[in-house]
Amino acid sequence: MSDSIALERQTMEVDIVCVGFGPAMGGFLTTLSRGLVREDGAPLHESRSAPGLPLQVICYERADDVAFGVSGVVTRARGIRATFPDLDPSEIPLAASVAREKLVYLLDPVGASRRSATLMLADRLIRACRRALPTEDEALVLPHIPSFLRKEGGLLLSLGQFTQWVGAKLMASGAVQIWPGTPVATPLIEEKRVVGVRLIDQGTDRHGNPEAGFMPGMDIRAALTVVGDGPVGPIGRQLDEHFGLPEGYHQREWAVGTKMVVDLREDVELEPGTVLHTFGYPEPEIFGFMYVYPDQVASVGIFVPSWFESPIRASYRYLQHWMLHPYLWRYLQGGRLRSWGAKTLQESGRRGEPHLAGDGYARIGEGSGSTNVLTGSGVDEAWTTGTLLAEGVLGLLREGQPFTKEHLERAYVERRRGSWLEAESRVAGRARDGFQRGVLTGLLGMAVAGLTRGKLAVPGDPTPPHARVPSAEAYYRGKISGEEIARIRDECASRGLSLHDALMERCGWPAIPYDGKLLVSHQDALLLGGKVQAPPGYADHVVFLYPHLCETCGTRICIETCSGQAITPGESGLPAFDREKCVHCGACLWSCSQPRPGDLERTNIEFRAGTGGLHSAEN
Amino acid sequence: MTTGYQIVVCGGIVPDPLQTLDPVANPAGPTIKNEMMLPAVLDPWAAHALYEAAHLAKATPGSKVWLVSLGPKAKLQQVMMTVAQKVPFELVALDGQAGGFTDTYEVAALLAGAIQAIPGLDRSRLLVFGGWESASRGAGATLQMVGERLHVLDQFQGVDRLAIAADGSFQILERIEGGRHQVSTCAGPPAVLGWATGSLPEPPNNSQVGMANMRTVMPALHRAKPAKVGAEGVTFARVSLPSQRRDTRIVKDLPVGEIAREIVAWITGA
Repeated sequence: MSDSIALERQTMEVDIVCVGFGPAMGGFLTTLSRGLVREDGAPLHESRSAPGLPLQVICYERADDVAFGVSGVVTRARGIRATFPDLDPSEIPLAASVAREKLVYLLDPVGASRRSATLMLADRLIRACRRALPTEDEALVLPHIPSFLRKEGGLLLSLGQFTQWVGAKLMASGAVQIWPGTPVATPLIEEKRVVGVRLIDQGTDRHGNPEAGFMPGMDIRAALTVVGDGPVGPIGRQLDEHFGLPEGYHQREWAVGTKMVVDLREDVELEPGTVLHTFGYPEPEIFGFMYVYPDQVASVGIFVPSWFESPIRASYRYLQHWMLHPYLWRYLQGGRLRSWGAKTLQESGRRGEPHLAGDGYARIGEGSGSTNVLTGSGVDEAWTTGTLLAEGVLGLLREGQPFTKEHLERAYVERRRGSWLEAESRVAGRARDGFQRGVLTGLLGMAVAGLTRGKLAVPGDPTPPHARVPSAEAYYRGKISGEEIARIRDECASRGLSLHDALMERCGWPAIPYDGKLLVSHQDALLLGGKVQAPPGYADHVVFLYPHLCETCGTRICIETCSGQAITPGESGLPAFDREKCVHCGACLWSCSQPRPGDLERTNIEFRAGTGGLHSAEN
Repeated sequence: MTTGYQIVVCGGIVPDPLQTLDPVANPAGPTIKNEMMLPAVLDPWAAHALYEAAHLAKATPGSKVWLVSLGPKAKLQQVMMTVAQKVPFELVALDGQAGGFTDTYEVAALLAGAIQAIPGLDRSRLLVFGGWESASRGAGATLQMVGERLHVLDQFQGVDRLAIAADGSFQILERIEGGRHQVSTCAGPPAVLGWATGSLPEPPNNSQVGMANMRTVMPALHRAKPAKVGAEGVTFARVSLPSQRRDTRIVKDLPVGEIAREIVAWITGA
């Protein structure tokens, strides 16, 4: 084959092209595939792109397997159960029915946590009254869990195992195709219509220049493009950039979630289905969870939210301190790491909702603003967005209507507006605004919003990262001098290290007592738990758009917050990116403290389509 | 006269080697803990054979590639989601146990039977490809037995290269001791080639190839007959993975030379 032919970009026509295979796409494809065939197995709809064949539906997933998603899930599972009324959790590995729930406030056993004077006073009161209160192991077990937080009757899931289970059913149906390991690079937009997607170029150097084996990403043209590529998916974000968000909407709130799946000691007596939710430690802003699966396996993790206004949002290090809290360590001590992973969550909820449909496209899942920030639930909501879209699409297929904005608004958006999903997202809309003014105010705001069904809320105004992330000097004022921070910064830079370990230990956080089994170094977590790797022949997907902004950046929070230590100090102040360590969580994208010139709602990091990442199926 | 080769690749699946593989005993014999939870991949040795087969078929008009694979149907389906994007082939699926705890003789008999059942197969054009080794079974015997059952006498193992001469004969490089190759000449099909690593990189994903393959993959999976393979009558006295030692230690400011000395001492056990 000559070079000129090899460089030719190919085009393929299908009827529906889908981007990203997560719970939302699982819901969409499951519902859609059931409506594409008659009871006798004959196709109900003929393909327009390939006349004579059934409807051609193809889904591209960036990760190398449909099981490589990340989330320990506790969910009421209303949407999932509506799709699978006879669902038996024992069919799905690492699934269990919710048996008991606890909400636990963790005191600070090491004295290094940054607590407000009010919170320290509250801690002292709890300790003083420990015999009268339900306290144990430096923790207060709350006697009541608000109804809006409870998941009774719900399910515990491993997202990876759930999507693997759903994916297998879908492929077996033969009605749709799912192709993992195939990132989608860009949407194809003509005039104001999305006409398909372009797949990633293969056989390039890290800058995207063709190398041996170069194969330009194929153009996949389709009458309908369904976008469910999550909160940091390149297609959803490019659509947001192209079409903008609805007036007054923004996506300024997020969280980094990092987790482990752990083999518990044999003598740990925790009933499968047990759910623990924690708050208060290692920093007051950080929430934690422990979900107990069958066979002595547990999923544990923390969420580091955007309102934790620290320049060292070191989620892995904080996860280890959280695990070492006496209330949790009594269960986790002697355990063994099975899996590790990290992701970010778009937590603006309905306020971050993009245009849900337009000519030739529709948005579903977390990237469509479906996460409920009051109930702390996203998977079932994402699933439901997919089922609602599929019902609408099937209706349009039956009517023979094209996938125009007008028809999709009627068939999908109106259906979504009339669903429980919409009603609950409106209740949750302002529920977390109070966290912009402090943790206690935020907790109060959640309670008020939850108990009044969203009629009342504590006000707060989320700000973008550049207005929120302080410098290390400002954050540690009164604890570490500017001179010492400068010295630590120089030392770390000379050794290619991030700052957070040195700064945290300087502030009293004890060193992690590595045991080689559960408490392991960050890199060991990547290798042993995440099995992280990336194939050669693809461009870097994390790009620092304006290098001069990085060189003069005072925080370089991208290095501190990187979940995989894939971003490290580089030459001339420009961070270095190692594609083979990236877990595609997107923490850098959200956290970057440098606004993009001309667009203050975006940061100086562009998170493009990329391959590789986590290879664990248990997260 | 019909030209081109009929290349049948025997390729099994194995648990993704990146996963934590923990052998355990159950009443039916040894197995890998949580094996059905773990993602699977096409055996890397067989994958090389498949890429070589596709390359040869592409270069020889009129050729066709079949992939004969034995494994749990659900896992085969999962693996095909990735493999089917790589190169054109037609799947012949057998629904049975995969892994290192099956009897090679039984596996070879089933594979040979499946090959013989391929409609329109022409021995004068037949090339049987496979992995010389397997990520789950290192005996290197399966493909040889498949060839014997098919009465294919020209067999080559550890193949790194196959070149076609102008007269249609093959020049084949097989790995031998000392990092060298044995060069053999073969008149042509039928032949069995157990590939080592070959010389081809993993092909890029191609959606058109995937779409075309899937039109035969899913029906093949639906047709897949249960294939009983096991190790009936065999008692496994002990099963273990090669011992792995991992010592994590955080040391600051250690000179490079000292790190190197420690690594050497660690390896040598000094």
